[in-house]
Amino acid sequence: MCLAIPARVVEVGPADRAVVDLGGVQKEISTALIDGVAVGDYVIVHVGFALQKLDEEEAAKTLALFDEMAQLVAAEDAREVR
Amino acid sequence: MKYVDEFRTGDRAAGVAAAIAAEAQPGRDYRLMEFCGGHTHAISRYGIADLLPANVRMIHGPGCPVCVLPIGRIDQAIRLAREHGAILCSYGDCLRVPASEHLSLLKAKALGAKVRMIYSTQDALRIARENPDKQVVFLAIGFETTTPPTAVAIKQAQAEGLKNFSILCNHVLTPAAMHAILAGGVQIDGFVGPAHVSTVIGSRPYEVFASDYGKPVVIAGFEPLDVMQAILMLVRQINENRAAVENEFTRAVTRDGNVKAQALVDEVFELRESFEWRGLGTIPNSALRLRRTTGADFDAELRFDVPYVAVADNKACECAAILRGQKRPEECAIFGTVCTPDNPVGSCMVSSEGACAAHYTYGRFRK
Amino acid sequence: MKSDYIRPLDIKHGRVDMSHGSGGRAMAQLIEELFAKHLSNEYLAQGDDGARLPAVNGRLVMSTDAHVVSPLFFPGGDIGCLSVHGTINDVAVMGATPLYLAAGFVLEEGFALADLARIVESMAQAAKEAGVPIVTGDTKVVEAGKADGVFITTTGVGVLRQGVDLSGANARPGDAVFVSGPIGDHGTAVMVARGELALEVDLESDTAPVAASAQKLCALGTDLRWMRDPTRGGLATALNELAQQSGLAISIDEHALPVRPEVAGTCEILGIDPLYVACEGRLIAVIASGAVERALSALGAEAADVGEVRAEPEGLVLLQTTLGGSRVVDMLVGDPLPRIC
Repeated sequence: MCLAIPARVVEVGPADRAVVDLGGVQKEISTALIDGVAVGDYVIVHVGFALQKLDEEEAAKTLALFDEMAQLVAAEDAREVR
Repeated sequence: MKYVDEFRTGDRAAGVAAAIAAEAQPGRDYRLMEFCGGHTHAISRYGIADLLPANVRMIHGPGCPVCVLPIGRIDQAIRLAREHGAILCSYGDCLRVPASEHLSLLKAKALGAKVRMIYSTQDALRIARENPDKQVVFLAIGFETTTPPTAVAIKQAQAEGLKNFSILCNHVLTPAAMHAILAGGVQIDGFVGPAHVSTVIGSRPYEVFASDYGKPVVIAGFEPLDVMQAILMLVRQINENRAAVENEFTRAVTRDGNVKAQALVDEVFELRESFEWRGLGTIPNSALRLRRTTGADFDAELRFDVPYVAVADNKACECAAILRGQKRPEECAIFGTVCTPDNPVGSCMVSSEGACAAHYTYGRFRK
Repeated sequence: MKSDYIRPLDIKHGRVDMSHGSGGRAMAQLIEELFAKHLSNEYLAQGDDGARLPAVNGRLVMSTDAHVVSPLFFPGGDIGCLSVHGTINDVAVMGATPLYLAAGFVLEEGFALADLARIVESMAQAAKEAGVPIVTGDTKVVEAGKADGVFITTTGVGVLRQGVDLSGANARPGDAVFVSGPIGDHGTAVMVARGELALEVDLESDTAPVAASAQKLCALGTDLRWMRDPTRGGLATALNELAQQSGLAISIDEHALPVRPEVAGTCEILGIDPLYVACEGRLIAVIASGAVERALSALGAEAADVGEVRAEPEGLVLLQTTLGGSRVVDMLVGDPLPRIC
């Protein structure tokens, strides 16, 4: 029910329609709830509607934070092995 | 899958898990509620409990719209299909919910009622257009994530003059439920805020829980890494005796949220004075209905004679206590014996996001 | 063409009508000009109610399957070849050499003869490639609306290989669990082909016979404990049956599971777990740990060692998630993908 997926916009059509792609699967959705969607944007899709654009810069920052923590663990493990 | 796979990897998870283990103070208990059903599902499906220290406990909240839908509302939907000959359109999750007289929407379909599973309100509109001589009713459920798509459908139906389309509105509000949980007296130290509800409503509506109740709220993204990071951020706030609204899901949530969607919902819907929630009782100002001034035409409760009749839960069912976080699924006497996903007695077992279904399906081997 | 038939069957534009199921001349013509024309073999040519088959040396294995897939034609196959492959595979994974097939058709009044011919041709092709002839059959017709085009039931008979005795009860802790290729192709391809989901994706059913692979694995002798072709309910269902039969636990490594990106993407969008989605051209096997290398080379490049048998928790299937946690893989509840087989 809560199911929502991040997908890349590959086509923007008239009347609030767009086509998005997730892992090679393409789906037509409605963009009636957001403004200014362009090809290449990532959007969060829920029950056939784009709810929000995904901020790729913020996504990169979040992943970088995770990577930092992962590296700390890897360094710890390496120390333990020695 | 970009922005999906990267948030599920084991090495990153190990990193966050190590940080949580390092920062959770021994001898202190952290009782955190994840409100959203999608988070309940993610926690169970990825086995996140394995990666948390024993003193950090997740309590499952009532953020599963199927779980909080009263039996009487499903009965209304079934009656619309069986007695009024309407084509009843519903998202898949509602179809198996057991209702009165040993029926469910799926069982009603087997008896000949026209019940159609849809993936989007657009499907329901299409069915209405393709069947002009039939009444088509959409069973609208969901928290604030799902309400804007219903609003769009109503506006489209209005613009097209679609006379045979109406909705049975059961849209509910997240902050109201959070107030009810806190009023219920369960010890909760912090909330993991819902992912997609927050993309729509923004982070501002949660500020009252930090300021007035002193409970930290961290909005988490949908993926398991997001949930773990939010747990870490909550542990930190609790350690520092802070209570603030923080946002882990920065890639999709802002303080204001989706203003366009909010305006659309405001245009189409108004607050109900009160609404019965399964398990939580009657909560004031917690649900929506179509505006009487503009949308009354599309309200199935006004178009058809299907009065709401409250139905009590099975006496042995502990869903009410579980939805409030007062009990765990294993503490229900009929969990896993009489009540299973195949034969669900209560709502927590029906939806895959329900606490009981999630625990039974994914975690019941853990003692 | 027999001189009794005034006109040949109009395969191009004709439709099935009630007389085709009556047992009379119209039915005989349908059988001769459509079924027998494509499925021809010495047994069908006997023209009797049943087929007289040679004696076999060894124990018989028999299996049957009804096929109600919708749509009838989908990327990668159709109900015809599906019904042939499915039953051949059920016999093969018992450790038997598939020998003969029987096919029963329930036709809906009004069904296009062109579509029927296409389906029967596809069955003939599949049977020929697998070397398993359809030796006897039956046709019935029901009124329009009482069937969905065509339903096909196939029954297969084979002979158990010498010394082979496969069972879930043979599994031992430490045994490896194998899958012969990516999972979930068939179910997702059919769901998308149904056209109700507004999804565009390049996906084909994996429908194919697995008899050759099964035969190679049988050469491992008692190091091969058990085989199954995971159809309805997918890998998860087959493994749960194994866990029940053996009384042991099966632990699967999510990292090792082969899933095509398109299948993963489609399942993600639909909220379905690929573990529960049907395959129609795969086999899964439990192999003694010492025979893992031989099994991999027997099965080929797409095969994967996806997990192991453990002593406990008894009767459960567990998944070690990509995240590093673990969870139960339960029996399927409900039917997220109806009519895919």
